[in-house]
Amino acid sequence: MGVLRRNLTAYGFLCAALFCFTVFAWYPMVREFILSFQKTDLINSPEWVGLANFRGAVQDPAFWEAWLNTVEFTFLALLCGYAVPFVVALVLNELRHARAYLRFVVYLPVMLPPIVAVLLFRWFYDPGPGLFNQILDVFGVPPLAWLDSSSTALISLVLVATWMNMGSATLIYLAALQNIPPELYEAAELDGAGVFRRIRHVTIPQTRLILLLMLMLQIVATMQVFIEPYMLTGGGPENATVTVAYLMYQFAFSQMNYGQAGALGMMLMLVLLVFAAFQLRSTREDAA
Amino acid sequence: MRRSTGLVLVTVLGLAATACGSGEPAAPAAGGSAQAVTITVACQPAKTAPKERQAWDDDVATFMKEHPGVTVKSTDQQPCFDPKTFGPKLAGGQMETVFVVPVTNYNDVISQGQALDITQHTGLVKNWNDLRTDARELVTKDGKVYGVPNVLYSVGLVYNRALFTQAGLDPDNPPKTWAEVRDAAKKIAGLGPGYVGYGEYSGGNTGGWHFTQAIYGRGGDILTPDNSKAAFNSPEGKAVLQTLHDMRWVDNSMGNKLLIGWESLMVAMGGGKVGMMLGAPDVVTDVVTKFKGKVSDYGITGFPEAKASLSGGEAYMINPKATPEEVKAGLEWVDFRFNTVGKGRFDFARGKAIGNPVGVPDNAVFGDSPTGQALQADRVKNASLPVENYQTYVDAAATIPPKAEPAHAQEIYAVLDVPMSAVLSRKDANIDELLADAETKVNNLLAAKG
Repeated sequence: MGVLRRNLTAYGFLCAALFCFTVFAWYPMVREFILSFQKTDLINSPEWVGLANFRGAVQDPAFWEAWLNTVEFTFLALLCGYAVPFVVALVLNELRHARAYLRFVVYLPVMLPPIVAVLLFRWFYDPGPGLFNQILDVFGVPPLAWLDSSSTALISLVLVATWMNMGSATLIYLAALQNIPPELYEAAELDGAGVFRRIRHVTIPQTRLILLLMLMLQIVATMQVFIEPYMLTGGGPENATVTVAYLMYQFAFSQMNYGQAGALGMMLMLVLLVFAAFQLRSTREDAA
Repeated sequence: MRRSTGLVLVTVLGLAATACGSGEPAAPAAGGSAQAVTITVACQPAKTAPKERQAWDDDVATFMKEHPGVTVKSTDQQPCFDPKTFGPKLAGGQMETVFVVPVTNYNDVISQGQALDITQHTGLVKNWNDLRTDARELVTKDGKVYGVPNVLYSVGLVYNRALFTQAGLDPDNPPKTWAEVRDAAKKIAGLGPGYVGYGEYSGGNTGGWHFTQAIYGRGGDILTPDNSKAAFNSPEGKAVLQTLHDMRWVDNSMGNKLLIGWESLMVAMGGGKVGMMLGAPDVVTDVVTKFKGKVSDYGITGFPEAKASLSGGEAYMINPKATPEEVKAGLEWVDFRFNTVGKGRFDFARGKAIGNPVGVPDNAVFGDSPTGQALQADRVKNASLPVENYQTYVDAAATIPPKAEPAHAQEIYAVLDVPMSAVLSRKDANIDELLADAETKVNNLLAAKG
């Protein structure tokens, strides 16, 4: 009893957290799981339909395109969104002047509401008076169709996502970099290591855990890309930017097929679980 | 990162609210009841339109005075019907007693049991029999009635008269054929950078929607009569895409920007640099009231070479969870506000006095019936707009047979977005291949639906 009384405050905080997770995360997940096996009109009692929703989702004309686009987006987003913030963090870490100001500038896009950032890029990408084509024009480069061509639309969305999320990743990398003991760099320098060898043999091994964590988190996050195609391309042109999350939205709120949306959500969750499990295992191994 | 996890959570939450199954739909009592009842009604004008909102509130007060015991609470969600929130609102008990549904969603809402069967209560709408038969058929399934048609119109060609004049075209003699549309579009685009002769949608299901309008107009179809196969891979379907392709890439009269979602083309039209677009008369009203277009600049004419027209419009439906008393009060409200000559939305004198655009022939729901004729006379008498700008549309609309949306419309529109966006974004788009591919996808989709 005495132990319980002593830890009452801690249990109180725990209960609040458990309540929030239960209501806002675990319960909806369980409901979605159930829903993916039901046909519902939101009025009458749902009807159990077995795997029909999963079959319906797979048979949708845009299903495979959505997965391919999602994988391609994730790959491209990692190329940009994983490497660029690390390099930016390395540079920021080496700077001696204006560090605070530059950190603020790098982090600024994160403070913009995503919808505002996306609308800003809608203007940047405008094929007529858009900023990007005006810049290309200054250098005598012919204008690009950006969002209006199936060959450039997806990479255009990747640029938006990278710009929007780079600040957070950069700050996390920067924090990891600043935890590296300076003696290691001094020792490396005494051994005659140049910048790139120091990065390879000191920086990367010392930030391995955080790099791995960020890799997994970014895979999980980018595979759920939605706002960019929803706001900028409507999944087009020619389905070039239909993603799994966008298709899920179409099932639920355009076709009112909530069960099929739930089934597709379950498929996405299973894929993401694989990455989450891999991340968990890697973290445990590292800790051991 | 933050955006997508948020989306999944919101989506899952929306989906999670679905198990709230209820019992059987309510069956309203045959007789009246003095029992106090409160109903919620959708579509109150937004606060940004204070005069229209005041007119609505005045109507609510009048109705409540004439119906003692009935309390009316209004909701002002804009747009009135939003498919994104419709299902969750219904499941969460937040749906109004009386709500509006656009014709594009009739099939979904009715087939999913999300509207009450009001067959036994249509008598509460005094002018029910004056509503056009085809409008009533659209809200009827298996002999049961699920809504009160509120608006009905056919598609025409909306055009900017001022641009026609600037381009040396006669605004009183708008195009009647697709060849004339192309010619006019070229001249308007030739006015200078930023001018678009002809605007068209290509994504967010609006591309497929307008493809359907266009192919219906040319006499083609989306599905076979038994709804078992796609029928748009046809000379008419090819003509729709070929015309758009040639206007975009040969004539260069469609601008260089893909338009996605309803607002995109409306904004462009309201901006005064787009010459023509397919649309119903409500486009004129919306361009003027919501997108700052200059009223005298816009006209509408009949669909070029039209053989049929995709029906557009909306109906009021009743929440399937409504009690019998709520059903009665709800239908009386619909009758009072939306179906009585000289009252509610048909109080054209009041509309004119508060600056509403009166005179656009944006509603043929009563057709040539006595109610329809009375409404038309009243509309012309109180017109605040140049009604002559719409006369060619009125003349043409009377002769063009209306045609309902295809089954599984939204799924099919999503497929048809692809060829529409292809011809507007790629000069080398192969129309035959695009149509064949879309046909295969729709056939697979129909087969999966059984």
